[in-house]
Amino acid sequence: MNKIRVFLWIIIILFLQILVLNNINFSQHINPYLYISFIFLFPLNKNRFVFLTAAFFYGLILDFFSDTGGIHAASLLFVAFLRLNFIKLFFRKNNIDYLLFNLHSEAFGQVFNYVVTITIIHHFILFSLDNFSFNNLNIVLLNTLYSSIFTLVLYFLGSYILRKKQLH
Amino acid sequence: MQQLIYFIQKYRYFLFFLFLELIAFQLIINNLSFHKSKFINSASSITGGFYSKTNSMRDYFQLDIENKELLNENLILRNKLEKLSQSIDTPALTEIFEKTDFRQRYSYIQGRIEKNQFRSNYNFLTINLGKKDSLVPEMGVINSKGILGITENVLHSYSRVRSILNKNSKINAKLKNSNYFGTLTWDGLDYNSTQLLDIPRQARLKVGDTIITGGMSSIFPEGIPIGSIDNIANEASIKRIINIKLFNDMSSLKNIYVVKDFDKQQLMNLEKTSNE
Repeated sequence: MNKIRVFLWIIIILFLQILVLNNINFSQHINPYLYISFIFLFPLNKNRFVFLTAAFFYGLILDFFSDTGGIHAASLLFVAFLRLNFIKLFFRKNNIDYLLFNLHSEAFGQVFNYVVTITIIHHFILFSLDNFSFNNLNIVLLNTLYSSIFTLVLYFLGSYILRKKQLH
Repeated sequence: MQQLIYFIQKYRYFLFFLFLELIAFQLIINNLSFHKSKFINSASSITGGFYSKTNSMRDYFQLDIENKELLNENLILRNKLEKLSQSIDTPALTEIFEKTDFRQRYSYIQGRIEKNQFRSNYNFLTINLGKKDSLVPEMGVINSKGILGITENVLHSYSRVRSILNKNSKINAKLKNSNYFGTLTWDGLDYNSTQLLDIPRQARLKVGDTIITGGMSSIFPEGIPIGSIDNIANEASIKRIINIKLFNDMSSLKNIYVVKDFDKQQLMNLEKTSNE
């Protein structure tokens, strides 16, 4: 049941990203990339092949719709590969804890660190690949900063509202 | 052998990750070069059809603006026609005009933009015309206010257009009041302004001069408006950059025309023979 709900949310977020969030273009370059919550929603598993493949194709679908070659696939795959390392680093979890792991039941400080780190890494890779040269590094950094703030505000607001709903 | 298997076992996730990442990089690099981007683009029937559906809903809210723009264009064309019919009123000219009546070089195909992009460094548009409308790669795309881009990938019913807001696009452009020509490029910063390079230094430029297409290639006919000179950077040096304010607002586009050049094959054959 829980897995089906996660799957539905991932699909909803995909359409939200393609139809709404890709067209915001706040001051030309700044867009929220909420589809990064795929990384946070996908259930943990010791076998990472499924997760890596899913992340690659999830990014590729976004690339299809936004004509960007493979930059979403590459950046999403990169943070997908690093996810377990960050789980170990921030939450100190082992292989046994993966099944019952839930982001909502963890302390907010740890969740905040985890989400912010992954988002900033993802956005930096995304904008570097979009730029695809060593020039204009200041623009890449500025875009990373602004878009990360935008994404993080949206993600935390969304998860707060949805968590409230589940309690009632 | 055993060590190799052990190695693969130990780093199997990393190797799998590396494999997928290499595919993604290959796709990125292919997307940047002109004729290779066959696979990942929004002109496929799935993505193009999806954008087409969502656009047809959105269209109702913009009917008013679109109507006004079309009326304006009609007005300009009507005035031009009136001037032309006045000027060819002498019998000698009428005869010439009738002879050339069956000799037309350009024709226009009407279409619509399904997906507009102006945020990235390498922007592409998706239009609802394809092979079924006899489109081929490297045709010019314009609208009533100016040029938009060049077709790149043509599939059955949708095609992808390389926007002028793409760091790789280079378009021949010239000044309206003289015949000096240069290359129109984009630096990726502001979607309302493009850069004109390689204009000879003896060309006299003023802020506000109109820039039009040059007609040196068989993609755009000569004289389609592009924009006006906004400011000139490094005026005295060889690296002179002319910033051009586009007539089009690239963030809100709807109706387009694709330019079909009947002489294109002839011109290409001519270039081939001179190379030999």
